[in-house]
Amino acid sequence: MSLAFLFISALTVAGGLAAVALKNTVHCALALTIAFAGLALLFLDLGAQFAGFAQILVYIGAVAILVVFAILLTRGSETPKDGVYSKHWPGGLVIAAAVFAVLGWAILRSAPLLPQDSATPSVTVAQIGQALMTRYVLPLEIIAVLLTAALIGAVIVAMHEKEGAQ
Amino acid sequence: MIEQLDQIFVLLLHWILAWLPAALRPVTGVIINVATIVCVFPALFAICVLLERKGLGRIQNRYGPNRVGPYGVLQPIADGIKSLTKEDIVPLSADAVVHFLAPVVLVVAAFLGFAVLPMGRNMALVDMDASLLFYFAIGASTELSVFMAGWSSRNKYSLLGAMRAVAQMISYEVPLLMSSVVVVMMTGSLSLVKIVEVQNQYTYGLPHWYIFTPWGFAAFVLYAIAGTAETNRSPFDLPEGESELVAGYFTEYSGFKFALFFLGEYLAMLSISGLGATLFLGGWSAPFAFLTWVPSWIWFFGKMMLSILVFIWVRGTLPRLRQDQLMNFAWKFVLPLTLVNLFVAALWRFMGEGWMRWAVCSAILAVIYAFMCRVGMRREHLGPREYRYAE
Repeated sequence: MSLAFLFISALTVAGGLAAVALKNTVHCALALTIAFAGLALLFLDLGAQFAGFAQILVYIGAVAILVVFAILLTRGSETPKDGVYSKHWPGGLVIAAAVFAVLGWAILRSAPLLPQDSATPSVTVAQIGQALMTRYVLPLEIIAVLLTAALIGAVIVAMHEKEGAQ
Repeated sequence: MIEQLDQIFVLLLHWILAWLPAALRPVTGVIINVATIVCVFPALFAICVLLERKGLGRIQNRYGPNRVGPYGVLQPIADGIKSLTKEDIVPLSADAVVHFLAPVVLVVAAFLGFAVLPMGRNMALVDMDASLLFYFAIGASTELSVFMAGWSSRNKYSLLGAMRAVAQMISYEVPLLMSSVVVVMMTGSLSLVKIVEVQNQYTYGLPHWYIFTPWGFAAFVLYAIAGTAETNRSPFDLPEGESELVAGYFTEYSGFKFALFFLGEYLAMLSISGLGATLFLGGWSAPFAFLTWVPSWIWFFGKMMLSILVFIWVRGTLPRLRQDQLMNFAWKFVLPLTLVNLFVAALWRFMGEGWMRWAVCSAILAVIYAFMCRVGMRREHLGPREYRYAE
């Protein structure tokens, strides 16, 4: 474990914890962004450039903004003094711990099955592009159609609301 | 001699590093590179501000700054000292931590973009495989800092300005990315160094810049529009429209933090100009084969400053758009054209050499453009502006 890994993982975990523990919703969203950035740095630390930059582009550039917009457009930035904790947080904690345990168990079990290459595999962006356009072209097309459908659906929902308002 | 002048900064770096023990060289090299970027671009920022104030003054038939130093050339230094010594006021109700972090995040993100721009032959700080992706990823994170500034100020003008800015930046980021994608399609690489090398060839003494192809020209125009909107420059400067929102998302900033926002805006302008020059105008390559003896970095910075002059010219010429016009323009005009341009670029790629592809690709773009302007915009009531008095 290198120093960079320790630093980045500490940042990510701290961001995630702050996202759960802070009282102000916008602060939570910003803390979540720190966790996203930490994940992107982890990808970069592992040499996965494409995944790292895509993480920054999608999660910090779009998802974080979306979260923030959703918060401001729905309940405003006013948050009650005692925070916005759900009453059922122990249940949420149990579910999160269970998911974490299953993932950890799966990763630990599958680690011996993978080839033990000490050298980091070097996957260039060009190789990812080649794979997406040849071997994985069907999943790519399916996702594209799905996203287009979601986009059109969102536009139609928004259009109807506007007509109703007028 | 000419060769050495071209590589003068690289040679200088090697000369400095040769004095150091081998263990320290990589770290020191990176530090020197970063320090150079952090010094050079704020200096260019000062020059840009002076050019802008002088140029706008001329356009608006007045003198501009002419009191500090000969012809007012020391005005940026006076401004810098003033903003350093001014009181830093943080509103009582502001969110202190986020209010402080916003300008820092903005300026850091703006500086990071320069890391991948090839500013001359062998003069890219980081030459990585996915540098274009890196640039856009970093650019996307400036939106968050704008939001942080607007939200943490607890001021309705700030918040409105931030919402406008974020909506505008997200809308225009799509055409910005899409217009750059054609260059990646043609080069077959996301590396900016590679993109410049491909353009650095000459036929009959003329360069192979992407702007000299139908799809490249269309992409450059769309890129310039999207880039202007992305940097919140006039005529897309609604987020800081002073007649409506005081100063937009940085209304509640004063002193050096205000200067940082100013710096961040100009750095974004410089870096978007640099990227545009790299993608479409051949980066550091000379415009004619007989001019290749001029050092490569002069061409890069020359193209960059020329784009800044165009930015200033546009600001002095065009009135500001309205919010609905801005959004309609992005989603109903610029974005469809970039999609058509993707198709045209693919057609160009597969039609093979010859005059045929020039004719077909230019014709498609011209017809679509004319159609969008004449028919589409009229139907969407996006014609010339009409002013009506309030009833």
